[in-house]
Amino acid sequence: MKPGNDLRARNHPAYWAFLVHRISGLALAVFLPLHFWALGHALAGAGRLEAFLRWTDQPLVKFAEWGMVVLLAAHFAGGLRILALEFLAWREWQKKLVAVAAAFSLAYALAYALALL
Amino acid sequence: MGANLQVRVWRGGADGAFQPFDVPRQASQTVLDVVTHIQRALEPALAYRFACRVGMCGSCAMTVNGVARWTCRTHVDKVAPDGRLEIAPLRNLPVIRDLVADMSEFFDKWAAARGSFAPTRTRRDEFARVAPDSAARRQVDAAIECIGCGVCYSSCDVVTWNPAYLGPAALNRAWTLVQDVRDGARAERLAAVAGDAGCHACHTHMSCTERCPKQLSPTAGIAGLKRAAAKAALRGEL
Amino acid sequence: MSARGDTRLWLAQRASAALLGICVLVHLATMIYAVRSGLSATAILGRTRGNLAWLAFYSTFVLAVTVHVPIGLRSVLAEWFGWRGRSRDAALLGFAALLAVLGMRAVLGVFG
Repeated sequence: MKPGNDLRARNHPAYWAFLVHRISGLALAVFLPLHFWALGHALAGAGRLEAFLRWTDQPLVKFAEWGMVVLLAAHFAGGLRILALEFLAWREWQKKLVAVAAAFSLAYALAYALALL
Repeated sequence: MGANLQVRVWRGGADGAFQPFDVPRQASQTVLDVVTHIQRALEPALAYRFACRVGMCGSCAMTVNGVARWTCRTHVDKVAPDGRLEIAPLRNLPVIRDLVADMSEFFDKWAAARGSFAPTRTRRDEFARVAPDSAARRQVDAAIECIGCGVCYSSCDVVTWNPAYLGPAALNRAWTLVQDVRDGARAERLAAVAGDAGCHACHTHMSCTERCPKQLSPTAGIAGLKRAAAKAALRGEL
Repeated sequence: MSARGDTRLWLAQRASAALLGICVLVHLATMIYAVRSGLSATAILGRTRGNLAWLAFYSTFVLAVTVHVPIGLRSVLAEWFGWRGRSRDAALLGFAALLAVLGMRAVLGVFG
């Protein structure tokens, strides 16, 4: 492979936005089959689902759930930014879009954490 | 802050190494001044490119402290406040020797993206009339000043990860032609730039837009190509 | 794949993204509500059992995900893992089928 760039070239907001979007997407892609499988427990009746939900009451699991939901919020916000960039081509608004997406993700992370505690 | 700069310069080909030099510090010094001093006073065998020295030709593009720049327009004070400089050839291109990169693939991809105008009139026809304030022409004007320096291509990670990717400059040029009402090869050009090796491989890293010395935004042009390709596909024209 | 094929994939990705934009917004809001009123089988199923609106909503959600996730993975697999060509696309089709099956199973599980 040809010599590529290192962190010094990648250190700007739009690139961080890409990284967050891609990594959150990867994590969600891994998580989704598990999420569907867990909810499928409901097929075996409310009792089976309830037993599973009690397992998720552990603090570590709750923290992981919070993490997944925040990743979803980040992926969603970043995705809206991409849709805006590709369909609206607002050059002057680029950096503002990153900030808006980050702000939304942060706000949601806090809201969800508050709901949990 | 000493009287000397500590400069590391890439020597050799792909498997080369950085060679250290001490270069006297001067007021308003550019990185090109530093490279020139090294070649004239310290190491005559150093290979590097330059031409105009005044920020018009793009020949002096190199990687300075990890970032692709025009060395004639890069003040040492701005990029090396601590007096340390690392100078390497442009990334994503094969190294010929020292600071000289092989630009062949850059221009081959420009051609592959059909980055040249396809005329539809002859000298016997009337001049084409293009309103400068029309939406299409304004978009062309915003992207037309590219001089093919390779900084964007060198800065793009998709170019690194996807060997077939045409790259920001070629796609940006294709965009100016797609929006040019006089051009006659729109369908062929869209077919050339759409796909995994073309505009659809762009993930809006925006390193190209961040680094372009002429403040162009290939990202915007590539987004335009995505829209144009989508419209053509929906109409069955692609 | 061809220029036309790749363009269609891009279109499907962005269209499913737009649809998911709405689904995810609803889902994010619902999750805060659900977590505050306590996550129990009774609470969840109380909302979803026999509810045609939730059935329609989650079925749409699952189908959009089945389109969006594999196409999204396609670039990542090529660029970061060097996996290109027919075998990658076949694997992604398989993953889409897995998501569809598990997803609709979950939707019917909480509805039926």
